[in-house]
Amino acid sequence: MPLTSADITRIAKLARLELAPAEHQQMLDKINAFFGIVEQVNGVHTEGVVPMAHPVDAMQGSEAMALRLRPDLASEPNDREANQRSAPAVERGLFLVPKVIE
Amino acid sequence: MRDLHNLGVAELAALLHKKEVSAVEVATRFLAGLGGNPHNAFLDINSEVTLAQAQASDAKLAAGTAGPLEGVPIAHKDVFVTQDFVTTAASKILTGYRSPFDATVVRKLREAGMVTLGKLNCDEFAMGSGNENSAFGVVSNPWESSHVPGGSSGGSAAAVAARLTPAATGTDTGGSIRQPAAFCGITGIKPTYGRASRYGMVAFASSLDQAGPMARSAEDCALLLSAMCGPDLDRDSTSLDVPAEDLSRDLDRPLATAGRQGGPLVIGVPEEWSEWSEGGLRNNDVSLDVLMPLTKALHQLIQLGAKVKRVGLADGNLAIPVYYIVACAEASSNLSRFDGVKFGHRAAQYSDLLDMYQKTRSEGFGDEVKRRIMTGAYVLSHGYYDAYYLQAQKIRRMIADDFQRAFAECDVIAGPVAPTTAWKLGEKTDDPVANYLADIFTLPASLAGLPCMSVPVGQSEGGMPVGMQLIGNYLDEARVLNVAHQFQLHTTHHTQAPGAAA
Repeated sequence: MPLTSADITRIAKLARLELAPAEHQQMLDKINAFFGIVEQVNGVHTEGVVPMAHPVDAMQGSEAMALRLRPDLASEPNDREANQRSAPAVERGLFLVPKVIE
Repeated sequence: MRDLHNLGVAELAALLHKKEVSAVEVATRFLAGLGGNPHNAFLDINSEVTLAQAQASDAKLAAGTAGPLEGVPIAHKDVFVTQDFVTTAASKILTGYRSPFDATVVRKLREAGMVTLGKLNCDEFAMGSGNENSAFGVVSNPWESSHVPGGSSGGSAAAVAARLTPAATGTDTGGSIRQPAAFCGITGIKPTYGRASRYGMVAFASSLDQAGPMARSAEDCALLLSAMCGPDLDRDSTSLDVPAEDLSRDLDRPLATAGRQGGPLVIGVPEEWSEWSEGGLRNNDVSLDVLMPLTKALHQLIQLGAKVKRVGLADGNLAIPVYYIVACAEASSNLSRFDGVKFGHRAAQYSDLLDMYQKTRSEGFGDEVKRRIMTGAYVLSHGYYDAYYLQAQKIRRMIADDFQRAFAECDVIAGPVAPTTAWKLGEKTDDPVANYLADIFTLPASLAGLPCMSVPVGQSEGGMPVGMQLIGNYLDEARVLNVAHQFQLHTTHHTQAPGAAA
């Protein structure tokens, strides 16, 4: 089932991307070319197969997948300056963004 | 003056420990080779940082507290974050980014004594197979500058092949260590998923991403991988709770006794990849340039005492759609963090917060990255999740199960890395699907999370390098490296250098 132009508009919004008209058409064509391959998965018989989220599951069984917990202790130093060094806009130790609430 | 550029990691480490050469001398010589940025392989160098690290190494060598790889230079793929060098993941959206910490892999290699030469070019966020998706320009293949070095660790492969560095790190999500290693005639290994910490690796597809070394021999890769791996349980939720190992321990084992219960090593050749019959390999979809050196390599392994048999990997042909569904889904989630707030690029003009996100991301990401984010958002969106993402996860299990059936009959699996040798720059730029199809042989082991490597086995008629892929069962890196090392002890393909570097 090929994607439509409306699909591209919808997904671009979900993905927070703004596509210029030429880019929009190219995206539609290329994603549809890729979905030509993707459709192969539809005919595959997978009844009863347990989905595999990542390889540790296949290697050590689902018990090894349980999330590890560590003691609830501070382990990282306060490194605000280094953490904000590459931020586009910072003031008094805060990240600046456009006004969200009027 | 000794030709340091042609020495490998083990040789340089030995010279440094014997104090026949100093770490500063080694660093100075390798830095001198980076002038003019050959092949556009590097994205950041900082000779002051490198020389300071080398001086520290010399102090440790003098004090007798040196690490096993003390003073040996290495360069890192630009997806590993580093405090002392800029990290961009070859994306405009991270231009000038300075990490507050070092990736675990970077830290561990420093602790082993290695000196960082700089950061290496790659495909943007490691998405690509030709290094043509870098925001900072393509990397050329040292064997033929009109050709791609492979990708996504193209800068790593080119730098090692051109003798700019004895070693580099790479990352492999769907073949990004093995394929460029094959295209540039070097040796590279991706360990079992979870062996190397992902802490500080800019995330592309978290259930697939693994770090690994790229160097000029299996012996060097074994030293590097031993230093890189080990549990990092507090910092990487999928780090394996398996102790670090000496992965060089089995290098010298003869193949006649390297199999199970001390029997001969059994090499499985998947019939879906290349049919092994009457001592030859057949597959109409694989170039003869690749099949011929590969066939010869299998015969050499037989002469060394191994046995070759056919095995089946029936669901491997589904690896391409399954991989691109899973990887794009994870990428769309991982790359949502690039929003112009905490780090990196922010658009200059915008009206409100939403507009700032959209303009920032649209300016900052390249075409391939945008396509993968869009594809991922689509397969995860309401109404499509079951048909695509869940279905892909189920087939992923079937592919992993196929490997376990194959490993019941053999010790390692061998086959091609890619259907062809390196292609010309620009040849596939406008056809992403053609790029995806070329990943057919590297994706299955990535989906299963198995250790796998590329070993040079010769050259095409046109003189381009060809690699053989070796895949081992989970945690069987030492055996895979053993096979590769025995092959390299009796062949010289891995010592061949491109014309310009020789």
